[in-house]
Amino acid sequence: MSDTARAELRQFIVGKFPQIELADDQDIFALGFVNSLFAMELVMFIEKTFSIRIPNDELKLDNFRSVDAMSELIARQSVTA
Amino acid sequence: MSLVGVVGAGVMGSGVAQTFAQAGHEIVLIDNDPEALAKAVNAIELNARMSRMMGGPAVDHEAVLARITTGTDLGLLAEAHIVIENVTENWEIKKAVWAELEATCKAETIFVANTSAIPITKLASLTKRPAQVAGVHFMNPVPMKPAAELIKGYHTTPETIETVRDLLTSAGKRGIDVNDASGFVSNRVLMLTVNEAAYLVYEGVASAETVDDVFRSCFGHPMGPLETADLIGVDTILYSVEVLHEHFADSKYRPCPLLKQMTDAGLHGRKSGKGFYTY
Repeated sequence: MSDTARAELRQFIVGKFPQIELADDQDIFALGFVNSLFAMELVMFIEKTFSIRIPNDELKLDNFRSVDAMSELIARQSVTA
Repeated sequence: MSLVGVVGAGVMGSGVAQTFAQAGHEIVLIDNDPEALAKAVNAIELNARMSRMMGGPAVDHEAVLARITTGTDLGLLAEAHIVIENVTENWEIKKAVWAELEATCKAETIFVANTSAIPITKLASLTKRPAQVAGVHFMNPVPMKPAAELIKGYHTTPETIETVRDLLTSAGKRGIDVNDASGFVSNRVLMLTVNEAAYLVYEGVASAETVDDVFRSCFGHPMGPLETADLIGVDTILYSVEVLHEHFADSKYRPCPLLKQMTDAGLHGRKSGKGFYTY
């Protein structure tokens, strides 16, 4: 997982929620104001930006909780692709 | 399993099509705009894939899409058992669509109006089958909501209501019986709340964020009224308030000028990328 990809994820999240200070291991859903609709936006963003198709069984909130979790998810798809 | 016609491929129509396709029914989804149909199919695929993550059941999106046929010609609905109409909340548009449905569908077809404020009895008057016309006020996002208002028009028979109830039940939804009046229960209250919330922003009493913060933090609502407006569509909210205003001829339903301006400016909420919030 490249640092550029992590940076893109961070930029997307902070772009939507400028008030947060985001650490890569931070659970964004635990912040309270991030809802499941945002999870859907994350899926769309990741699939488009990284040109991957996330399989249905990987579509679970735990894979989108943090920049770390999303990076691992993207890395898994890149390996299997 | 029934052959269900769904007219209108906007946010509600695509949600309705997805819901009944997931329940195993064959769906014919009609819209006069091919682009809207393409968008609806994409949205249905995404929503079906995301179902489990959003707290719903795991859904086989390919099976769901395989049960949905799309088209621009209402003639494809000739043999439908039930047609659910979800077109724009505008009387002239609905009138034209209902006249065509009446002319197209077989005599046994039941018509269901998915309207947020137009009385079912008034829509039924456009047909020669008012006994077979009922209203269902679905809530957005349709596949995720466990219940919907089930509305009996003046002439609607109990058999029609039970057939529609069975269809809802097949998709895991409970129909809550309500008599016919503009806005039914939900929108009589909700639309006025959203309209008044828009007035607060319009008058500078509070920002959209503040209004929603009060509802979320003080009342424990999962979403504030203006986030809800963005989800439903600011234009849809305006049309609904206008319908209430027209039907009750009561100034308490006067639409907030801010809703009109936002609608004209294309700030329709989530679906257009900007409303009270930017997406």
